[in-house]
Amino acid sequence: MTDAILSIRGLRKAYASGTEALKAVDLDIRRGEIFALLGPNGAGKTTLINIVCGIVTPSGGTVLVDGKDHLEDYRHARSRIGLVPQELTTDAFESVLSTVTFSRGLFGKRRDPAKIETLLKRLSLWDKRKAKMMELSGGMKRRVMIAKALSHEPDILFLDEPTAGVDVELRRDMWDIVRKLKSDGTTIILTTHYIEEAEEMADRVGVISRGELIAAEDKHVLMQKLGRKTLKLTLAEPMAEIPGELAEWNLELEDEGHILCYRFDTNAEKTGVPSLLRRVSDLGIGFKDLSTRQSSLEDIFVGLVHEERAK
Amino acid sequence: MTNGGFNGEGVYAIYRFEMARALRTLWQSLVTPVITTALYFVVFGAAIGSRMTDMDGISFGAFIVPGLTLLSVFMQSIFNASFGIYFPKFTGTIYELLSAPISSLETVLAYVGAAVTKSMVLALVTLATATLFVDVRVEHPLLMLMFLFLITTAFCLLGFVIGIWAQNFEQLQIIPMLIVTPLTFLGGAFYSISALAEPWRTVTLFNPVVYLISGFRWTFFGVADVPVWASVAVMLAIIAACLTAIIWVFRTGYRLKQ
Repeated sequence: MTDAILSIRGLRKAYASGTEALKAVDLDIRRGEIFALLGPNGAGKTTLINIVCGIVTPSGGTVLVDGKDHLEDYRHARSRIGLVPQELTTDAFESVLSTVTFSRGLFGKRRDPAKIETLLKRLSLWDKRKAKMMELSGGMKRRVMIAKALSHEPDILFLDEPTAGVDVELRRDMWDIVRKLKSDGTTIILTTHYIEEAEEMADRVGVISRGELIAAEDKHVLMQKLGRKTLKLTLAEPMAEIPGELAEWNLELEDEGHILCYRFDTNAEKTGVPSLLRRVSDLGIGFKDLSTRQSSLEDIFVGLVHEERAK
Repeated sequence: MTNGGFNGEGVYAIYRFEMARALRTLWQSLVTPVITTALYFVVFGAAIGSRMTDMDGISFGAFIVPGLTLLSVFMQSIFNASFGIYFPKFTGTIYELLSAPISSLETVLAYVGAAVTKSMVLALVTLATATLFVDVRVEHPLLMLMFLFLITTAFCLLGFVIGIWAQNFEQLQIIPMLIVTPLTFLGGAFYSISALAEPWRTVTLFNPVVYLISGFRWTFFGVADVPVWASVAVMLAIIAACLTAIIWVFRTGYRLKQ
């Protein structure tokens, strides 16, 4: 891929304890996209992020940040990356303004009070600039950590579980911030437990399980490719068992025979829906209602991870 | 910052951060150690100093000033530098340092530079306080500053290494309390080692602190227990050993990275 801002090849990590956190992961992140990395706890999401950011040493493989090796050319790579870690770790006694100014300097950028002011205003932190970190609420601390990560104007932003333990309102808020960043051209890689979040925001979704990247696709493609639909017929009369004439559709009965359920692949050339409905009416089976439901990213995710575990 | 260049902004940011921390904790970082050392001057200098015999022709009160100043400098240098790097490890804010485009040399320069600044200020304030109670003269002021600079650098580097090595607050205290303090008390802070009988005199020569105190005292009074060149050599050896350890730590990520 030519337009990859981040290119990961064969990335491995085995911890001293023997745990294999990553097993040869290949991943390309496109310039300007929002990429959501999904996976159960301990799947290797944070390890992946920490390797790219220089906090964890890889056991093998390469990471190219805009074409340059992230270890050999660490200054180049790191000055272009901002990281918001999962844990809210801050210097309790520092003020918001001083801690964000510190971060900009640490990343080698000239002091620029005007830029910091703009950044703090954008994250609704300007009023709190003189507050000490320990006086802030969890949501505010998270914002400060985002401000710190953005203080050196990075092209790539890593958000490790940005909305973990954040209430609904703040979560929406966070989503707005992320969207704004994307519109400015920042590439965003986020990990999340909330699949709703990936569904809502991501352009592409990667699923990681037990250190392996088991899917990385455009969100819509993934949902279409792996998604299934369910057709439910609410019957006029409950049915004791499915008639033999309907055997070819593999139907199921739900709700004590009140609902006839048909699961089908949205990608199949023939979904079998029209023929099923024809056969049902031919058999004189009456129904009061009909509904279809598309499986969510969550269903897909659960399906993928289970499949992987079964191997 | 140009690619591959020196991250001066980063060094300055850490330096400022560390100095701001010292100012916030001025009582702990300056006032308390100065008062503690001043108590020694009061007791051994003004109160009972007159009853003690002179050492190498110098009044006892004045004789102990360089050694006691160094004792305080050793302690504070280690505490300051070790805490500076240990605390981010403890709170987790070290993630930012590890993910920043800053080299290990720049990191050491910033943390140790700030610690050295603090220790130099502490030493000079302590010496100034000493003059209130005892009559001290400094024969070689420039060399005195140079010795002080090398000694603080050596102990701040040592502190930095301890800060990286330590995994809890107790370990931060072990080396300064259990090793450096006894070595200083037995290293001629209160006496000239020429006053010792054999074999203790020879045994004492294996204590590196003897060389530091002797050299530093020489810049004050022009008398030394060991040759001045040996004092300089020991200082440089400590600095070299600590730098080697630090380079190894950053190469391997020991207790910094997984």
